Amino acid sequence: MNFWVELLISSLLLLGGLFVLVGSIGLIRLKDLYVRLHAPTKATTLGLGGILVGSMVYMSHQYGHLTIHELLITLFLVITAPVTAHILAKVALHHEVTMMKRTRNQRHVTTARMQLPPEEQEKQ
Amino acid sequence: MNLRSRWLPMPFHSLLLLVVWLMLNGSVSLGHIILGSVLAICIPLICAPLQVPQPRIVRPFRAFRYVLMVLGDIVVANIQVALLVVGPMRRIKPGFVAVPLDLDTTLPITVLASTVTMTPGTVSAEVTKDRKWLYVHVLDMPEDEQQIINLIKQRYEAAIKEIFAC
Repeated sequence: MNFWVELLISSLLLLGGLFVLVGSIGLIRLKDLYVRLHAPTKATTLGLGGILVGSMVYMSHQYGHLTIHELLITLFLVITAPVTAHILAKVALHHEVTMMKRTRNQRHVTTARMQLPPEEQEKQ
Repeated sequence: MNLRSRWLPMPFHSLLLLVVWLMLNGSVSLGHIILGSVLAICIPLICAPLQVPQPRIVRPFRAFRYVLMVLGDIVVANIQVALLVVGPMRRIKPGFVAVPLDLDTTLPITVLASTVTMTPGTVSAEVTKDRKWLYVHVLDMPEDEQQIINLIKQRYEAAIKEIFAC
């Protein structure tokens, strides 16, 4: 295999792996469930994207034709990831999961749980 | 009910099913086209009663541009969140905001909520029953929460309104 192709594939894999790693670090380091949701929904998308593009380059170089399974995986991921995150956040609201003390606008949680509009804000 | 809407209640979904089937199998041989077509006709027929009327995509080109814009934003969001996660924890200032919605049908709201979750530092948490408010959890809240609301409304909601013309 050509050196430059190898270099391209390895850097894509490394980049992807780095972002997936950061997503997992986020799961450990972040302090409450809502904040934790941000790490897997975002950092992982780009991480998997990098790995999948690397896989596409490898497959098309090795077998001479473009494989599109990776595109499908991306499509399914982009459709399902936000839905999962939304459901998790919803469940967390209903269970009144404790959140970081400095979370602002905690009053929204009560109305959000009942699916009611927010109460009128007092002017500060 | 005319013949077309009887046998192809969701023409776009049928086409999508066929394309995804061919992509999954990685071939365009006659056998797969026939099998895929059978699936693409049968599945929408079974699912048609579940369908809720939705507004149509009126401006496909605008929709395409929107997808590209969101893809770009996803890359930016990833880098921002990665930096926040690795950096010191005290820099994280979480908070909730309630975003007033101008959209009132379910599909555009779903698209907006998904976009909000995929893009910079925000996760959509709940929609109110009257579909007028979207509760969003923000990872890195600026001093003025109106900034986040304006970003979501101007950058994403306005585009979605154009695409569905609603």
